[in-house]
Amino acid sequence: MPPVLELRGITKAFPGVLANDHIDFTLEKGEIHALLGENGAGKTTLMNILYGLYTPDEGEILIRGKKVEIHSPGDAIAQGIGMVHQHFMLIPVFTVTENVMLGVESTNYRVFLNRRQAAERVSQISEQYGLRVDPEAYVQDLPVGVRQRVEIIKILYREADILVLDEPTAVLTPQEVKELFAVMRSLVDEGKSIIFITHKLKEVMEIADRITVLRDGRVVGTTKPQETSLSELASMMVGREVILTVDKKPPRLGEVVLEVKDLRVRDDRGDLAVKGVSFDVRAGEILGVAGVQGNGQTELVEALTGLRPVESGEVHILGGDTTHASPRQILEKGVAHVPEDRQGNGLVLSYPLLDNLVLNTYYLPPFADSIIIQERAIIAAAKERVERFDIRTPSIFVTTASLSGGNQQKTIVAREFSRPIRLLIAAQPTRGLDVGSIEYIHERLIEKRDEDTAILLVSPELDEILTLADRIAVMYEGEIVAILPAEEATREELGLLMAGAKRLPETLTTQPREKEAVTEG
Amino acid sequence: MREREPEKRARGVLKALQQVAKETVLGIGGLREALFVPFLAILTALIISGLFIVISEPVVVSAYANFFQSPGYALSVTLTTLSSAYGALFRGSIGDPKEIYRALVTFSQVGDAAPLRYALYPISESLTTSVPYIFAGLAVALGFRCGLFNIGAEGQILIGGLASVWVGYNITGFPWFIHLPLALVVGALAGALWSAIAGYLKAKTGAHEVINTIMMNYLAFRLSDLLLTDPRLMGRPTGTPMTPQILPTAYLPRLLGSPLRFHAGFFMALGVAALVYWFLWKTTLGFEIRTVGANPDAARYAGMSVAKNFVLAMGLSGALAGLAGANEVLGVTHFVGGGFSPGYGFDSIALALLGKSHPLGVVLAALLFGTLRAGAAKMQILGIPIDIIQILQAMIIMFIAAPALVRLIYRLKVEREVTEVVFTRGWGG
Repeated sequence: MPPVLELRGITKAFPGVLANDHIDFTLEKGEIHALLGENGAGKTTLMNILYGLYTPDEGEILIRGKKVEIHSPGDAIAQGIGMVHQHFMLIPVFTVTENVMLGVESTNYRVFLNRRQAAERVSQISEQYGLRVDPEAYVQDLPVGVRQRVEIIKILYREADILVLDEPTAVLTPQEVKELFAVMRSLVDEGKSIIFITHKLKEVMEIADRITVLRDGRVVGTTKPQETSLSELASMMVGREVILTVDKKPPRLGEVVLEVKDLRVRDDRGDLAVKGVSFDVRAGEILGVAGVQGNGQTELVEALTGLRPVESGEVHILGGDTTHASPRQILEKGVAHVPEDRQGNGLVLSYPLLDNLVLNTYYLPPFADSIIIQERAIIAAAKERVERFDIRTPSIFVTTASLSGGNQQKTIVAREFSRPIRLLIAAQPTRGLDVGSIEYIHERLIEKRDEDTAILLVSPELDEILTLADRIAVMYEGEIVAILPAEEATREELGLLMAGAKRLPETLTTQPREKEAVTEG
Repeated sequence: MREREPEKRARGVLKALQQVAKETVLGIGGLREALFVPFLAILTALIISGLFIVISEPVVVSAYANFFQSPGYALSVTLTTLSSAYGALFRGSIGDPKEIYRALVTFSQVGDAAPLRYALYPISESLTTSVPYIFAGLAVALGFRCGLFNIGAEGQILIGGLASVWVGYNITGFPWFIHLPLALVVGALAGALWSAIAGYLKAKTGAHEVINTIMMNYLAFRLSDLLLTDPRLMGRPTGTPMTPQILPTAYLPRLLGSPLRFHAGFFMALGVAALVYWFLWKTTLGFEIRTVGANPDAARYAGMSVAKNFVLAMGLSGALAGLAGANEVLGVTHFVGGGFSPGYGFDSIALALLGKSHPLGVVLAALLFGTLRAGAAKMQILGIPIDIIQILQAMIIMFIAAPALVRLIYRLKVEREVTEVVFTRGWGG
């Protein structure tokens, strides 16, 4: 029997970049085939070709042994290909059924919607594949994990049997990941085939039947979890030996740099997003804030950096009150901020690289003499920073948008680490980055910690928190439900805390590590 | 060492030019794109407007009614109509080359400048008309760079003109080197204060500057009606709705002698364009304005005050528009009456887009617009409706605003980058 999907010699060039270089890929019926690769390795380009968004320069696509041309997502859907994007495409104020039927509505007399018929099919699909969801529920009331199920139901409703899941675990709690994997298993048991795009090695080892690794637009190899190891996969991805664990010395605790007392912050809709949070961070330690995205971390970081007004409570940085300080006042106190949304906040993508390297110090000597920009000093500093922080770019004059995500992040790191800082607030500093860049950023963070900088690290990636943090604070629904020393934390316990299933007693929340820790609550 | 001076200066100029080119490339996205698409847009617009010229000409239309009897006649009539129309546009805006040559010969042999002045009249008019366009175009462009859509240039021109005419006729007893600069500065300040209101409202309350500047335009129009019609305010005692003439000490000197209206404001406009370029790209204030325009969230993150920059950019934009009005008053009209600005402020929005919000682009676009407007008068004499010029301008803007359309027409290959930057706030480019 021919494979469900076969890509032969797919090649796609963009000006200056060979995004896909003669890629061969096969997907057998009933398998989960992981597509693993760094950002910029060509995974997305390949999937966009499969989904009809790009036309390949060379190569052919065979579905069930038959050569097909896919020119649009419509063609792809007609061929039974369905894609779950990383960012969900759901309408919050519609019900599950309405979202699912959108675009392929069941109708009476071609005019009136037949919701009942659609709802029945949704129920039937959800039973068949174990995708538990209430067809009448409004999407806005559903947790992220369930929304993802709605997306999967959506493509099953369109009778897809080749499912492409693009980084599906990025937004899920560990428990939700488990549930997703169970769903994926039951999907392949029912004869569906899944392409699972990810950069998370552990998940690949856990769920995939086969693994294809891409690097620089080429297939490095295809293997099976039984035949490989984490470190082998990592070095296939990066092209060199990768150290997966970070060596770090025990922290040398200094003075309290950041002190937060009973902080309350509202989100954009005016709802309380941070509900009375208290903690402190000392020089020389990394406090990791764990939690599923959307539990108030964003608002917390924005409040600390002056980007969002504080409703009540206090923030002290190096003993000074910064509760209502402006971003610049906070910046000038020696606070560095690696923002969560690097393209939205951290960079001006249309600017040449050198401008972004001085985006918050442009007004200070030597970059400016009163109001006049000293271009020579900026060029010199930019060259030096590009060199020192290993930013891969053809020149410092190219637009920042043309750099890869990893190099964009290095640009922010270079800018923030090149000025004297006492406190670093890093929000998801490795989101969407490849293994090589993650390794790099982690090393820099540890290095800063050992230089006696206080670091607040916010990350939904448990692995990252467990690798780097000295203490771990878990945020759930705007509150810190626990602060515990990293060495006493286990994945399972953190997972439960992140899901709001338990909380630790209040006594822990402001105490630094020397105090005796209580584990169970 | 002294001999090296000119060489050094030349190298300096060259370097500056390179810098401009570099910035143009970086700021706009490809030199080829920056020049090629506008060129093709203008060409396409000329061709399509030609169609309108032809169908608005009864002789041509009747010739096509008998197309099958005499196709040659129909085609030749078409061509004659087009060539005479665009010929008139050219002679009306640049001048008749033969006439200029003859006048030059007369001038060199007899020393009589009158025919030369007459021959140069069209180009003098074009350049004179481009002066308010340059100022107003810079005003809108500077707003764009900060992410602001200043639709109020028309009103700001009027306010600037009124303020500077007031200084021009009311303040007496000063020599020109005090009176003229004073009139200019007051005009600019008045425009700045007027438009800073919209900037302030946006910064403080979030009120959208498009709505506010449109409303401020109406305020400016009605305010000027009030001022002009009341003799106790700025009107003439006779009751005609116009202000008194300004004193000669406030005149911007006419450089080619009367009746040519080409005045010193043209060089001032070029200087101000250079100044705007320097301000936007070489100072920290300009860096802030551009950052707020390109990504306000990043600007806030970097510690810039978005609100302050809105007020500053809007104020500067208004100052430039005010200068447009002041230049018209002091260089051309010498008073303010009804219809003082025939839509310079509105045209300048299109013009700033055409010039990609870059001072150099704005100057070039302003020259084009000035030329078109001046040439239109000559076309009108031939019986071709002046609306054709408006159609032409509209077409140019349409094609500029939709570069994909131009690429489609001329089958240009798009060089798509792997990560394409999309300017969602992209009025300014």
